Amino acid sequence: MNLFDTTVSALRALRANKLRSALTTLGIIIGVAAVITMLAVGEGAKRTVQEQLKSLGSNHMIVFPGTVTASGVRLGTGTRNTLTEGDARAIAEEVPGVLAAAPGMRGTAQVVHGNLNWSTVVFGVTPEWLIAREWRIARGRALDDNDVRTGAKVALVGQTVADMLFGGTDPTGQVIRVKNVPFEIVGLLAAKGQSFSGTDQDDLILLPISTARSRVLGGGPGRSRTVGHISVKMADGVDMKEAEIKVRTLLRQRHRLQPDQDDDFNIRNLSEVVEAEQAASGTLSSLLAAVAGVSLLVGGIGIMNIMLVSVTERTREIGIRLAVGARGRDILGQFLTEAVILSLIGSVVGVALGLGSTLALTHFAGWEVVLQPHAVLLAVASASVVGIFFGWWPARKAARLSPIDALRYE
Amino acid sequence: MRGEVLIEVSDLRREYRVGEVTVPALQGVSLSIRQGEFVAVMGPSGSGKSTFMNLLGCLDRPDAGRYRLAGEDITRCDADRLAAVRNRSIGIVFQSFNLLPRATALENVELPLIYARVPAAERHRRARAQLARVGLATRERHLPRQLSGGQQQRVAIARALVNEPPLILADEPTGALDSRTSLELMALLQDLNASGITIVLVTHEHDIAAFARRVIHFRDGRIVEDRPVENPARAADLLAATPHPSPLSPPPQP
Repeated sequence: MNLFDTTVSALRALRANKLRSALTTLGIIIGVAAVITMLAVGEGAKRTVQEQLKSLGSNHMIVFPGTVTASGVRLGTGTRNTLTEGDARAIAEEVPGVLAAAPGMRGTAQVVHGNLNWSTVVFGVTPEWLIAREWRIARGRALDDNDVRTGAKVALVGQTVADMLFGGTDPTGQVIRVKNVPFEIVGLLAAKGQSFSGTDQDDLILLPISTARSRVLGGGPGRSRTVGHISVKMADGVDMKEAEIKVRTLLRQRHRLQPDQDDDFNIRNLSEVVEAEQAASGTLSSLLAAVAGVSLLVGGIGIMNIMLVSVTERTREIGIRLAVGARGRDILGQFLTEAVILSLIGSVVGVALGLGSTLALTHFAGWEVVLQPHAVLLAVASASVVGIFFGWWPARKAARLSPIDALRYE
Repeated sequence: MRGEVLIEVSDLRREYRVGEVTVPALQGVSLSIRQGEFVAVMGPSGSGKSTFMNLLGCLDRPDAGRYRLAGEDITRCDADRLAAVRNRSIGIVFQSFNLLPRATALENVELPLIYARVPAAERHRRARAQLARVGLATRERHLPRQLSGGQQQRVAIARALVNEPPLILADEPTGALDSRTSLELMALLQDLNASGITIVLVTHEHDIAAFARRVIHFRDGRIVEDRPVENPARAADLLAATPHPSPLSPPPQP
């Protein structure tokens, strides 16, 4: 029996029991639609998390100075001035795979414009720092090396600061006062939104590190140019653990630490946070896919159930076919084809339904969903596998009937 | 008329297990049938004649003994080879017709050709020819339930003939038919036999057995009588002598 004849005869058999075939297919339809929708939702969640992580700065680590221990009381991170701009340059030059190693200083200050004022975080930074932290400029220009060299009184403001002081009007070209020092705003930073811990990442101003040190945050220009932290951005694909070890080794050498001495700095590797978050969203996707997979499995059991009923009901037909010369494998092929056709029809309708519900989720619930072609392929392929797998046993049962037993079956 | 030996069985045995009890259905049957014979197998129910028929038709396997069909040792064949034998060498006609209820007359006749992997166009042509041969050329598109019993049995005969097997096995083919339709059917079988096809027919009616040229009696799983029939009756002559169709079986409408 060739494929065409088999298909025609399978379609005829399925048509003879329209309602039953439709209900059986429903199991597969729901399963496939669920797989597609859940994978899209899971992928959407993953993308959302990744977007948020990106604003944190991926492939990113921050080196902080060590802590001071005085009379057994350990003070917090950054209480010792052990990091210098020279350390930052050394990291940039000597550790392979570094995109940017940028020194930065952090403090808080009251920022005043006209009759409005706002307390915000002030960073003294270099142009590389913007690269390391992935800040983009929405308006105006970024800081440049010249600003740092000359100690220019220029500033970049975050969106929140701009809103608070300028109420939505263009802040570039305006002058703000920070600790009574006037700064010209040369650029507005593109908004990043909230961080994972809920702090507003846009509530900040950036000044050239030289100006910040001498005018705002303290520390004289003639001193050793200590910095508050060093932001290190690595190229994509660099092993962050290895990079961290190299940075640590380099800094220990530069700081002339003996092997028995503790580090006088701390490295916070943000890629660990990223990995944890990605693992969490990966778990979410797998969970959703598993739930959907279970519904597909249940749909498959529905097919098996109906095929078993069908084999029993059509035992006599099987007997007739065997009597006129059908081989076991012809009968096997016939019932398997019916099962596969059921699941194929189910997956086609299921794909349509899955696409529809994905669109509906985006449109009405506003969820971010990302439909990937391979999710559709996966759903259809697993539906076919389910059809073959669950169709196999009933079909084999039919194929193994002896002609005389099948013919005598009442 | 008599040709080569077509069927040769020796010491054929078959038992059925019913719960704890073993029922012997065939207890050593030996027999040979030549090409072109018309054999009627008779016997009371439980005599083993149907079991014998199922074994001849390769629908069942014997427990012991040998069965050669056209020189091939059937008892040694695997399941696929048996299917091929059923498909090419044997046409079986059942008492209950055994047509596929949802397939048309033509599709039913085509069924053996599908399993013989004959291409569609040739399948239609050969199936049509066989339907015409049994007088049902105008009923191709009818479903079995739209046909009378006699017509259904003719469709079954056309299906048995479609692969042009040398042997037709008929298991009580007239059992579900009235007497006139039975006569028509026997006339058809005699025609086929005259064209050289070997026919083995199981019946418990002496009237029907009278059309065969050899009658074998079964009792308790053994052959108790095997005799030739001198001058068998001609069903066509009897039909001509009873020109009025019985009310139960209206003639086919053109």
